[in-house]
Amino acid sequence: MNDPDDTRMQEMKPPVTHVGLIGWIRENLFNSALNSILTLVTLFVLGKIVPPLVRWAFIDSVWHTTGKACRQVTGACWSVVWDNVRFILFGFYPYDSQWRPLAAMLILFGLLFYSQNRKHWKKHLIYVWVLGLFVMGLLMKGGLFGLSAVESTKWSGLPLTLLLSVFGLTAAYPLGVVLALGRRSKLPTVRWLSIVYIEMIRGVPLISLLFMSAIIFPLFLPEGITINKILRAQIAIILFTAAYIAEVVRGGLQAMSRGQYEAAESMGLNYYQTMRLIILPQALKIVIPPTVSILISAFKDTSLVVIIALWDLLKTTQSVLANPEWMGFSPEAYIFVALLYFAGCFSMSGYSRKLERELSAGEKQ
Amino acid sequence: MKEQETREMQSEQSDTAMVEIINMHKWFGDFHVLQGIDLTVQKKERIVICGPSGSGKSTLIRCINRLEEHQKGRIIVDGTELTHNIKNIEKIRAEVGMVFQHFNLFPHLTIVDNLTLGPIWVRKVPKAEAEETAMFYLEKVHIAEQARKYPGQLSGGQQQRVAIARSLCMKPKLMLFDEPTSALDPEMIKEVLDVMIDLAQEGMTMLVVTHEMGFAKSVAHRVLFMDYGKIVEANTPEEFFDNPQHDRTKLFLSQILH
Repeated sequence: MNDPDDTRMQEMKPPVTHVGLIGWIRENLFNSALNSILTLVTLFVLGKIVPPLVRWAFIDSVWHTTGKACRQVTGACWSVVWDNVRFILFGFYPYDSQWRPLAAMLILFGLLFYSQNRKHWKKHLIYVWVLGLFVMGLLMKGGLFGLSAVESTKWSGLPLTLLLSVFGLTAAYPLGVVLALGRRSKLPTVRWLSIVYIEMIRGVPLISLLFMSAIIFPLFLPEGITINKILRAQIAIILFTAAYIAEVVRGGLQAMSRGQYEAAESMGLNYYQTMRLIILPQALKIVIPPTVSILISAFKDTSLVVIIALWDLLKTTQSVLANPEWMGFSPEAYIFVALLYFAGCFSMSGYSRKLERELSAGEKQ
Repeated sequence: MKEQETREMQSEQSDTAMVEIINMHKWFGDFHVLQGIDLTVQKKERIVICGPSGSGKSTLIRCINRLEEHQKGRIIVDGTELTHNIKNIEKIRAEVGMVFQHFNLFPHLTIVDNLTLGPIWVRKVPKAEAEETAMFYLEKVHIAEQARKYPGQLSGGQQQRVAIARSLCMKPKLMLFDEPTSALDPEMIKEVLDVMIDLAQEGMTMLVVTHEMGFAKSVAHRVLFMDYGKIVEANTPEEFFDNPQHDRTKLFLSQILH
């Protein structure tokens, strides 16, 4: 029975049941009684849901017709999206000039795509962004080079959502890092200011901050001075998100061993050099997953600006559905908007995983 | 070689003190960890500090580059007194290399980047020159072929040698070693001690906290024994090991030399 040759043979070739598709299914789906039951239940539920969904979305659906015709079919009426896509995406932006926000968004996507490669993280990237921001601002606002001026009150739809999120997130991140460092500062004033700020902001909902920015804040301004409503909402989002990022970054800072500080200090590096070169690169990497969670939820939370009557992507969609012709087709419209949000969130989380992988390459054994 | 050096050092004693510690006290909360330390370290002198754990030996050398702050008395390093002046502290730290028990390499940087960081940012040395120096010292600690790897890919002994090379790249006037071999597997201790012996032969001023008595015998000019925050006994290694004066020293030696 226990012939040593026998065991050697087995080591060389795994049993057939452990390889191939059947092996995989057996090991992952039916490896225990509970798992087998879960697999069967899941298959049953999927069988109930998926075919009707496919039939509704693709087979019985209509893609381009009027609202009236839509009411005759049992499937999805995608024309609520296609017939209104320009309003959903661009809102009140003058119809003839809608190529401008489109171009601005394409530039933004191009910049984001270019920046995601770590090889491009050099000084020139700053200039590229400054130039890109200037061009985007020019396209949106106009008033120069023969472009007609468009009031920012008309900015709406997807460009507004992107504006609020991209600037909200990129400004909140460094502010959050500074607050985290402040909270751990040896200077009592700095530390207490940071604590008070973080705890106050975390103590209120984003909605109340948005209300304050829209309604209460202007009351304190001297007469005749107004600050753009979008800018006020933008600032509220930045301040709110930064407080959360600060706490996550603080967690990363606390995970750093005393030895890293001591090694850096014992070489004569000053505080800023120690933080910038040694501590933050490691601490921020540790907290990539929770940081990205915050950024993703902040991206979705920009849709709360509807309550202060900013016409972001969700609001333009809702207003299409308020039109009697398209009333009742909300599933289709919301699925479309959900897909846009999903694309944004999923690329953020995918990118964060890629970044984590790249940054830890070689460091671990 | 040691005696000759000792004589040379004594002959030019007047302005050759590298470190002067005068009646220095330190407390951790209520715990009086250092109770009146007086110690002068001459240039090129090599001192080994030993003693039971909790005796304050690590704290003593950490006070010299102010990783710990002393509360009473004076510490003068290379002619500059340690005070709250942060610029002075940074200047002294740049001149004083430190090697830690747990290496404390920067895990997010390659070996060569670990070595060039200090020279580039503190000494403002151009990058190419800093890398040249880094490779020189990596050769010296016999580890040049690992230059592009990350610390996590090296063994403990290799990491500690990198840590020594990292300190040397700053061209320090004084090297502090805080139990440099205590965290190492036995077979790696020798490779680190060999590097330290090489360094000693080149005339580096060294303060070493260690229990490696063989190392103390072969390179130290003086061995200090500390207990309960005081320097109990200080003597040449020959006298220290063969003819210890204090009971506590005798007890300690009987416990570690078996």
